[in-house]
Amino acid sequence: MTTVISVPPSLDEQTFEQVLEQIAPIPDGQKILVDARHVRWASPYGLTGLLCLAQSRTERMAFAVPEAPETCSYWSRTAFFRHADELFDLHGTVPRAREAHGSDVLLEITPIVQSDDVHGVVGRIQQKAAEILHGQLGLDTAITGAFGMTLSEACQNIVEHAGQGGWVAVQTYNYQRRLGRRVVVIAVCDAGIGFRRSLESAPNHRRSDRWGDAMALDEAVMRAVSRFRHGDAGRGQGLAGIRRFIGRWKAKLSVRSGTARIALVPEWDDDMPMTEALAPFPGAQVQITIPEHIGEPTPRASNTVPRPRSRTGGPGGPR
Amino acid sequence: MMAHPTHHIDVSSVLRGTVCDLYSNLVTRPTGAAVRTAIEQQVAEIGAPAVTTIDFSQVMLLDFSCADEIVAKLLLRYAHPDGPDGYVLFRGIHEGHLDPVEAVLERHALALVAWYDGHAELFGAVTDEERLVWEQVRDAGPMNSAELAHALGMPLSDIDVLVQQLCGRRVLMRQATRVLIPGDTPGMH
Repeated sequence: MTTVISVPPSLDEQTFEQVLEQIAPIPDGQKILVDARHVRWASPYGLTGLLCLAQSRTERMAFAVPEAPETCSYWSRTAFFRHADELFDLHGTVPRAREAHGSDVLLEITPIVQSDDVHGVVGRIQQKAAEILHGQLGLDTAITGAFGMTLSEACQNIVEHAGQGGWVAVQTYNYQRRLGRRVVVIAVCDAGIGFRRSLESAPNHRRSDRWGDAMALDEAVMRAVSRFRHGDAGRGQGLAGIRRFIGRWKAKLSVRSGTARIALVPEWDDDMPMTEALAPFPGAQVQITIPEHIGEPTPRASNTVPRPRSRTGGPGGPR
Repeated sequence: MMAHPTHHIDVSSVLRGTVCDLYSNLVTRPTGAAVRTAIEQQVAEIGAPAVTTIDFSQVMLLDFSCADEIVAKLLLRYAHPDGPDGYVLFRGIHEGHLDPVEAVLERHALALVAWYDGHAELFGAVTDEERLVWEQVRDAGPMNSAELAHALGMPLSDIDVLVQQLCGRRVLMRQATRVLIPGDTPGMH
């Protein structure tokens, strides 16, 4: 018997939970059809999440592609079908793969398996990120470098902690419903071991009564705890750096892992800081949402150290 | 006259020469570790204690992992009692590099000297008094403790302690009875 999983018409971070709630009770190995025929829109999180869904089951699932031609065309530009074809048995009309140049796909869905992939992603996105973030979203030029750092650190979490490959995608769209502004959204998702198991593998890990996915997320995201911190105090700075990026650019970060989800919620959003007892799903799914800048000047970086000053000395000093 | 020979290392060239000649960004921890190892090898090959300038001018992007592997671990090595003699300075650190550099300096309670076209700046975890002394030496040139105490109106014993701390952290350099900023050229003031 095949169980049909209905994908909601609008697939984003929130509605993806409906997919997970349907699939969680189904024993692994049972036949499943993921029915996306009525989907009209999907965020990068939704698309990369679907690929992780396929990786989370041993039995290869069937996948009914969206019926709307514009939806299918868009998914094709994001490279979704190219990867989905290797993970699902696709049913329906899949358009020929098209390039994403000039579209709102800032970075098509890209597999992240090793460090070289992170170099590739960061190198490919820089020019286009500058055009979108500064040119279209009105953000200070300083965001381009910070965006690259954030993307790099988010992807490195897969390489260092997931235990298997994952996916990254970046897209810009008009976030009309909640914000009324354009946003850039980064999704970095994997179906690996997740935060709890990663931290449990640390040699100095001590379980408490409260230990679980929520506490693991809290430790990693809010307190920069890493399984590598034992013997290397420099570890755990990636997520801390992402947190600073979020604060500076009034962005939003959410991280789902296992049965919990943590969010750093800006004033423009009313999400829950922590959600527990979600349907179980392996790995970690990260979303970063950067809103268009409107109004007051963008804040500068921290002032804990002096900015470089203009030359005051005479000749000398390293050149 | 300089206390140590000077040595210049272009990080971007090291990156292309040791990791991949297509890379222009310093991202990922393995990349940072490979670049740091190559820098340490170059420093070791010089043999004599040197003032080594690590040049980031051609580096577009530096992430936290690479900042930790290159900047923090190099400084930690130099600050260690068994670490190499000599000094490590930085050049070409621009606004985009500052966030990860500041983050790793704070995390490890480190400080560094960065040069900008002949002008030095002190970054990282330093006390107000340490910064006062350091900036006095930078602005006035090589000084001894008595001259510093006079210029800053502070007790000589306090100055001695602060100078000792700053020299231990390799952000001041002793030259006979005076201290100066590593990379500074006496006579430029």
